[in-house]
Amino acid sequence: MNRSKSRLLSIPYIIWVIGFTIIPIIFILSKAITDSDGALTLANLLAIFDPIHRKALIMSLSLAFISTVLCILLAFPVAIILRGSHIRKKSIILFILILPMWMNFILRILAMQMLISNNGIINNLLTGLGLAPMKLINTPGAIVLGMVYDYLPYMLLPVLNSVLSIPEDVIEAAKDLGSDKLHVLTRIIIPLSLGGVGSGITMVFVPSMTEFVIANILGGGKIQLLGNIIEQEFTVSMNWNLGSGLSVALMIFVLITSFLFGRNREEASTGIL
Amino acid sequence: MAKELIRFENITKSFEGTTVLKSLNLSIHENEFVTLLGPSGCGKTTTLRILGGFEAPDSGRVIFDGEDITSLPPNKRQLNTVFQKYALFTHMSVADNIAFGLKIRGTDKDVIREKIAYSLKLVGLEGYENRSPSSLSGGQQQRIAIARAIVNEPKVLLLDEPLGALDLKLRQGMQYELIRLKEELGITFVYVTHDQEEALTMSDTVVVMNQGIIQQIGTPEDIYNEPQNAFVADFIGESNLLDGIMVHDCLVSIGGLEMPCVDTGFGENNPVDVVIRPEDVELDAGGKGQTHGTVTSIVFKGVHWEIRVESEIGITFLVQTTEHFPVGSNVGISVDPYNIQIMNKPSREDEQVFDQNESAHGENYES
Repeated sequence: MNRSKSRLLSIPYIIWVIGFTIIPIIFILSKAITDSDGALTLANLLAIFDPIHRKALIMSLSLAFISTVLCILLAFPVAIILRGSHIRKKSIILFILILPMWMNFILRILAMQMLISNNGIINNLLTGLGLAPMKLINTPGAIVLGMVYDYLPYMLLPVLNSVLSIPEDVIEAAKDLGSDKLHVLTRIIIPLSLGGVGSGITMVFVPSMTEFVIANILGGGKIQLLGNIIEQEFTVSMNWNLGSGLSVALMIFVLITSFLFGRNREEASTGIL
Repeated sequence: MAKELIRFENITKSFEGTTVLKSLNLSIHENEFVTLLGPSGCGKTTTLRILGGFEAPDSGRVIFDGEDITSLPPNKRQLNTVFQKYALFTHMSVADNIAFGLKIRGTDKDVIREKIAYSLKLVGLEGYENRSPSSLSGGQQQRIAIARAIVNEPKVLLLDEPLGALDLKLRQGMQYELIRLKEELGITFVYVTHDQEEALTMSDTVVVMNQGIIQQIGTPEDIYNEPQNAFVADFIGESNLLDGIMVHDCLVSIGGLEMPCVDTGFGENNPVDVVIRPEDVELDAGGKGQTHGTVTSIVFKGVHWEIRVESEIGITFLVQTTEHFPVGSNVGISVDPYNIQIMNKPSREDEQVFDQNESAHGENYES
């Protein structure tokens, strides 16, 4: 393909990127570093360190961290089971695992709300069995549950991909040299899957950290994540400058964490090649 | 002969209804270089994998050093494998790859360092300790795979087409290296290949297999010069494989031409297979010989010319000679009685002549 043709083909994408990525970012950045009168200030950015915002940031970080770890712990066993199973069985299991992704994620979270609410299905079952109802909804645990429910496939697929792509003869070579099953897992399968875990972490941790819809529905507004505060600054308080400042601060945190994971992933993937 | 180290007893194995090995019996001795040779799907790789512990036979036993190891997992066996595609641990340095087996056994750190250096020296890659396997060429990676296996001082080294992924020049160099290594280490090598030249170059003993059955066991010279059936004759080297009738002892009739030979015990007037190697067919420009023929093609092969001669008896001979005979010229054809090899007609399917063209291409990824 010649140059002018490929340039022509890229025009729709360029318009898209300018309209929906570059202009909004410039807009947010300019709001973030100005006050309501338009004067330059760092107050909006530094507002992240206010006690209430700091608390929300720490909550966001911890819930995202816990969700990501849970996703890794859930994805690995499945990936290893799938590696050992027959091809037809493999595709059926994979299909079942991916199936929830076909549904809108807000619907999935609303369904989860029905399950765990105070008069929900689980508590009805418990009281029906003569047991005391449990407080499930409006807890940090409920938000973590929602995040894991929503984001697990994004961990599972890259982890599965890297576990499945380890050549069988590499595992046989380890056994041949004296590895038992546990040793093969810790020294061969896990290290060779770190690339997939790295992409999984970025795809689970980043959206979890900026999450606010799940916190609204399953946290009942009782648990404030940084995402909720930003949302409220834009929609309730109408303080767009503060909202933008907090957004940019959050973006910086996301960049830092994905840089850390990204560096790991690079090391792991050069190893895999 | 040296002490017996490995014995396969009546090994049978099938995969999803296809029988791959049919009651295989084989003895391998200490310090022997044994090559399992055969076309794709002949069962040679399965035999090696059963010995390595990666497959369990359906029936039969594997005896190693007097012990039944049939159900022993690979990590408990005193042998190591070199895989066709190296199977190096790409997330580790060369040194960590080589130290992998030693660390599992809890070898002392200083000893490990010495052994790594020694094994790298053996395979000619001194100083490569800290390199990453992915930064090495195919030939170097295979040397590391060999070093990783031999550093554990196994009694037997299993090699599954280890040179299959290398280019021709490298392959030939590595053949000599493997012979040297085997002599230096003094251990048993069990080598799997579909390349007959590799088998003839390196082995003490060649085991020719087809369709899960051993066709012939012998030294490379035996296998080449005295093939026991048409399959072996056809698979090993090039040959003129002719239909003949054994008139009586030491006389065979080929296309009506009676030729003296040295074989006995094939009965009288019995149909037989006759093998004459291309280099054993003698041509004479003056027309002297047992029969005559016309040169139909001549191809330069480097060391020799490869010539096709259509003979009066209706047979086209493949001839290898250092002399040049122009196309269309009339030549005399003769064969020394010692160079005529008589074999019984195949009684089983697996002894049937194998299509050489197939062997040239297939078989790199036999499982």
